[in-house]
Amino acid sequence: MEKRVVFDNRWLPYLLLAPQLLVTFVFFFWPAGQAIYQSAFIPDPFGLKTQFVGLGNFEYLFGNRYYRESFLTTAVFSVLVTVSAMSFALWLAVLADRVIKGSSAYRTLLIWPYAVAPAIAGVLWLFMFNPFTGIIAWMLAQLGYTWNHTLDGGQAMALVVAASAWKQISYNFLFFLAGLQAIPKSVIEAAAIDGASFWRRFRTIVFPLLSPTTFFLLVVNIIYAFFDTFGVIHTITKGGPEQSTTILVYKVFSDGFVGQDLGSSAAQSVILLGLVGILTVVQFRYIERRVHY
Amino acid sequence: MSGMVEKRGVGTWLTHAGLIFGIAVICFPIWIAFVASTVTQDDLVRPPMPLLPGSHFFDNYLEALLTGGAAPVWQMLLNSLVMALGITIGKIIISLLSAYAIVYFKFRFRMLFFWLIFMTLMLPVEVRIVPTYEVVASLGLLNSYTGLILPLIASATATFLFRQLFMTIPDELTEAARVDGAGPIRFFIDILLPMSRTNIAALFVILFIYGWNQYLWPLLITTDPSMNTVVMGIKQMLPTGDQTVEWPVIMATAMLAMLPPVLVVIGMQKLFVKGLVESEK
Repeated sequence: MEKRVVFDNRWLPYLLLAPQLLVTFVFFFWPAGQAIYQSAFIPDPFGLKTQFVGLGNFEYLFGNRYYRESFLTTAVFSVLVTVSAMSFALWLAVLADRVIKGSSAYRTLLIWPYAVAPAIAGVLWLFMFNPFTGIIAWMLAQLGYTWNHTLDGGQAMALVVAASAWKQISYNFLFFLAGLQAIPKSVIEAAAIDGASFWRRFRTIVFPLLSPTTFFLLVVNIIYAFFDTFGVIHTITKGGPEQSTTILVYKVFSDGFVGQDLGSSAAQSVILLGLVGILTVVQFRYIERRVHY
Repeated sequence: MSGMVEKRGVGTWLTHAGLIFGIAVICFPIWIAFVASTVTQDDLVRPPMPLLPGSHFFDNYLEALLTGGAAPVWQMLLNSLVMALGITIGKIIISLLSAYAIVYFKFRFRMLFFWLIFMTLMLPVEVRIVPTYEVVASLGLLNSYTGLILPLIASATATFLFRQLFMTIPDELTEAARVDGAGPIRFFIDILLPMSRTNIAALFVILFIYGWNQYLWPLLITTDPSMNTVVMGIKQMLPTGDQTVEWPVIMATAMLAMLPPVLVVIGMQKLFVKGLVESEK
């Protein structure tokens, strides 16, 4: 797509682009280049000199049990967050789509958690599940179930998943609702007249027509779980206990700033850059496809 | 639609019941936080905590605002506001300008610049965190508003959004403006900006929430408590080890930290939905 009518000016376009490009170079490309460069070195213990190791940092990482486990943790965490946030949101959107009276009130009450920061979501859930004083930990104790996510890795995972998914439900809800409302009512009514039950209509007509929205949300939720949940992990578990909730983004931070292992942290950044690249390409290809439809 | 397809009655009630259940699940954490911010520490340390608000609302909020943690919360809120507005306005301005250049001018390296901006989509701050920190530190920008804002204002998404919008503006308008003797700057200010008003407002809502909710970046670069933002400052108030924590004050802080972005979402719901749907295209 090109404009037919454009302005002629030798220097103005560069001037207009300058601020964006300057910020992009100083704070995006320069650090990304640094990460790639640093990933090929290890600093000596005193931080005075660095030694070139080539791909040594990467070899070390993939040979490292904790890093490989962090991959698995990230996969489990992302799948759980995505599936729970999307299915709960879809259920609510299907209900809200059926409502005639009061649907805007329901929508208002369902969308605002989008505005809550992941770190604040973490604080709220941490408070409810505090092993000694939290209200839900107490309820569980009444049912004979001991809750202590500071000791139990599975419980820690469940808690960070719940807090992360909770915050993402509103977003998914909005997109699912918009997708449902875009489906022509005549199609569904025709099926209803033919005697198809609600569940059958949903399975054979609604869900397939909703698949572009579902796929889009799948990618967005995975990106969210990968990168935007740092605040949740940092406030609730700090990656523990015993690294059971150390997702990749958290490990870059803890190895780089807490562990001061710059070479390893840089190598991890490079691996993450590759992962984001793949996710972005997937998302972009999908967007292109949607434009053609 | 359900009126035609479904018989009214039990189904409708079940739908409402389901929605109310969903809302209850979603609102429960906030209700608990609100209740906790209105009671005393004694009410909270002996479970179960009360489920209805107490009478210490003003005590707790005043203590949070005036004493807080490492810094008083009013100061953190102010820092958050400056950061959120700085990021929002910065992103909108530089994205408007670069989208204008890319759509309305022909020049060397136009597509190269476009792709360079696009590639930043692949570089969230969480990924390049250590080297970005080093760059900002070497520029002497730690513990400053500039350091909080500047690294976060490049925006591929906003640039795309404005590019899309400008592409839909009819060429006849540009021609007419040129016939009237308007140069590129006049055209931008008098025609393009007013036509982008709604989109700018919608984007403002989304970016304000994005800016306000930043966590990792302020956590790293504001070591001076007087520069802390509220979303990261609350972390400093959480218990480490055996120390006793004033949960009512922490929960009051959490409520205060949520209030501005939540008010923006509820108050500008139409713009928020528009911004959300468009910025993800």
